[in-house]
Amino acid sequence: MSFPWAKHYQPTNPFMRWMDEKLPLPRFVYNAIGSGYPVPRNLNYWWNFGVLAGFCLVLQIITGVILAMHYAPNALVAFDSTEHIMRDVNWGWMMRYAHANGASAFFVVVYTHIFRGFLFSSYKAPREMIWLLGVVIFLLMMATAFMGYVLPWGQMSFWGAKVITGLFGAIPLVGEPLQVWLLGGFAPDNAALNRFFSLHFLLPFVIAGVVILHIWALHIPGSSNPTGVEVKTESDTVPFHPYYTAKDGFGLAVFLVIYAAFVFFMPNALGHPDNYIPANPLSTPAHIVPEWYFWPFYAILRAFTFDFFFIPAKLLGVLAMFAAILVWFFLPWLDTSPVRSARYRPLLRKFIWFGFVPCMAALFYLGGAPAEEPFVMFSQLAAAYYFAHFLIILPIVSMVEKTKPLPNSITEAVLSKHGDAPAAAE
Amino acid sequence: MVRLIGILVGLFFSGWLLVTLVVGFIAWASEPAVKTAEHEFHQHPKELSLASDGPFGHFDTQQLQRGYKVYKEVCSACHSLRHVAFRDLEQLGYSEAQVKAEAATWQVPGIDAVTGEANTRPGMPTDYFPKPFANDVAARAANNNAIPPDLSLMAKARHDGAAYVYSLLSGYQDQPAELLKEFPDAKTPDGLHYNPYFANLNLAMAPPLADGQVTFDDGAPNDLDAMSQDLAAFLVWTAEPTLAKRHQTGWPVVLFLIILSVLAYLAYRNVWRNEKH
Ligand code: HEC
Ligand code: HEM
Repeated sequence: MSFPWAKHYQPTNPFMRWMDEKLPLPRFVYNAIGSGYPVPRNLNYWWNFGVLAGFCLVLQIITGVILAMHYAPNALVAFDSTEHIMRDVNWGWMMRYAHANGASAFFVVVYTHIFRGFLFSSYKAPREMIWLLGVVIFLLMMATAFMGYVLPWGQMSFWGAKVITGLFGAIPLVGEPLQVWLLGGFAPDNAALNRFFSLHFLLPFVIAGVVILHIWALHIPGSSNPTGVEVKTESDTVPFHPYYTAKDGFGLAVFLVIYAAFVFFMPNALGHPDNYIPANPLSTPAHIVPEWYFWPFYAILRAFTFDFFFIPAKLLGVLAMFAAILVWFFLPWLDTSPVRSARYRPLLRKFIWFGFVPCMAALFYLGGAPAEEPFVMFSQLAAAYYFAHFLIILPIVSMVEKTKPLPNSITEAVLSKHGDAPAAAE
Repeated sequence: MVRLIGILVGLFFSGWLLVTLVVGFIAWASEPAVKTAEHEFHQHPKELSLASDGPFGHFDTQQLQRGYKVYKEVCSACHSLRHVAFRDLEQLGYSEAQVKAEAATWQVPGIDAVTGEANTRPGMPTDYFPKPFANDVAARAANNNAIPPDLSLMAKARHDGAAYVYSLLSGYQDQPAELLKEFPDAKTPDGLHYNPYFANLNLAMAPPLADGQVTFDDGAPNDLDAMSQDLAAFLVWTAEPTLAKRHQTGWPVVLFLIILSVLAYLAYRNVWRNEKH
């Protein structure tokens, strides 16, 4: 499960030796994130984001459990109980802002983490399982955040819930009964709010479980690295502790500065003002938009405006929106290139930075824009590129591309970067 | 097989989107966009600067007291403030005794101690601000079929909340002649009032404030513009009484984290000093 040169846990303290015999938890930690886990020496800051994501999950669970002590999941009082948290509960405002902005921070971190995967083809063998579990985590996060946003029972909570559950209504035959079953009624009301609260409390712990599997799967091949060349000798690696605990610690501190600036100085910048109006089934907001982290997928959903023969446009949009995430499951098999890192894949690299990145930026913007022209036309263009990128460009480029020569080892790549002759490597 | 199916699915989605795009573009380019009066005449809120702005923002309690007076004498006839209790007024710089006396000037719903029938009694510090109308039907009946919304969260519930409230209150005007020329059907209906800052230009609230309507004990200016600013400042406070505390807490936290980042960076450099990477 690890490299032969991995250090072994040798407790000297009698208590730790006793513990090691009875329940080898310290040994487990030592081998998982301690000195017993050798990691490539050349990881750059893109590799900080996994640990940050784990931090965000813990942060959401802690702030969430505290909010749940004061929140009341009942349609009559949910809105007021959130205001009670903001005004009367000691430090309640901080907990709520920490939780709401924590959700945004979590998505920023996870999107960066996923983008690292595209850039360094981290999804490729032997790491397919890590990637697949990651996509499952992302889907669970989306469900959790969606249900969390319903809880304060403001206008966007209510109408967002109505629009998103309405998507299931697009499914032929079973759609409408399914929607009624999901909501426990014909429109979001107390039944829906209660089940959303229950599931919103549960899912983060399911996510935590999948995260454990994700890291377990990671420890089998070990981390990839920016060159994409696998670890060969001991000189390619350093022990996780203290090297990466130090680097991750620095990354975490910088992350916290930015996060705290949002919580304390612009806590509502990422939210929508309409959610400070209590839910009102009789008054539809002018523009119904989900939270910013759903915008790319919302843009794809709304890009489909024409029926395709017998398939109604709405159903097509729903299928495309789910397909946009489901394609990620197939990346390990769509990309056949023997080379991982985009550093050595000049053509793919150009498509990522000049095609995919502007396309995602556009989708992020357009999902929050009103459903009017010319925004809809731009969403159609961007969504068309999105599918073409993963399903057409990536398979073809990975077959035809002439890749650059790879370094022989991580050590060689590191030394040549520092200007030492590669021959100097031992 | 995966790649073949993938390419087909990709061609389907991308292809259909491009077809839709072309058809949509032709339709868009051939039909001129329909202009609406809202589109042409709606205005973004005016600039407003308050003591509570920015990361150092705090409350100007004198101004909040003036805003409270405007609320009490004018707006409270129609708008509730249901998330605010009289005890909260201590944060505006009133003493406990003053708050007690102030609360007693309001009538709140009560129960007759002998007959058990609903009545009203003078307010106590623990009471919340009372609602001006018994229910929504009564509110509509008195206000040309519109319900005056609760004001406690108004400054957070609109884009650019404080500036919006200020602009709305001081922005009533006659409907411009150009508007009627361009959109003859868009004449302000009877009972509504033209205001370019309101999303659909006409609202059911008559101009509630006028120059000199409220007089302030501190002798501060009481023209329409000044009172609208005071009221906007007051609503920033009602929307988030913890705002100043949030800013005060934020600075030590952020400074601590910056120092922590510097130390963490030095520790990182130190740990890695002998390892090339
Ligand atoms: C005579 C009753 C009345 C008085 C007095 C009154 N309002 Fe209103 N107000 C209304 C009504 C009715 C509406 C709803 C208008 C609509 O939706 O068309 C309203 C709406 C508003 C809105 C919301 C506009 C929006 O964007 O939806 C604000 C803000 C507002 N009033 C502030 C004030 C302030 C501040 C005062 C005191 C200076 C005040 N009002 C005094 C009746 C009143
Ligand atoms: C994956 C982790 C989580 C994500 C992404 C997430 C996301 C969200 C979001 C977006 C909101 C709405 C925020 C708002 O407008 O206030 C919310 C609210 C809430 N969440 Fe979470 N959450 C997570 C974990 C948890 C956990 C573990 C709990 C409790 C055990 C919890 C309890 C609550 C409660 C009680 C609210 C409603 C209170 C409020 O609106 O402020 N959350 N969550």
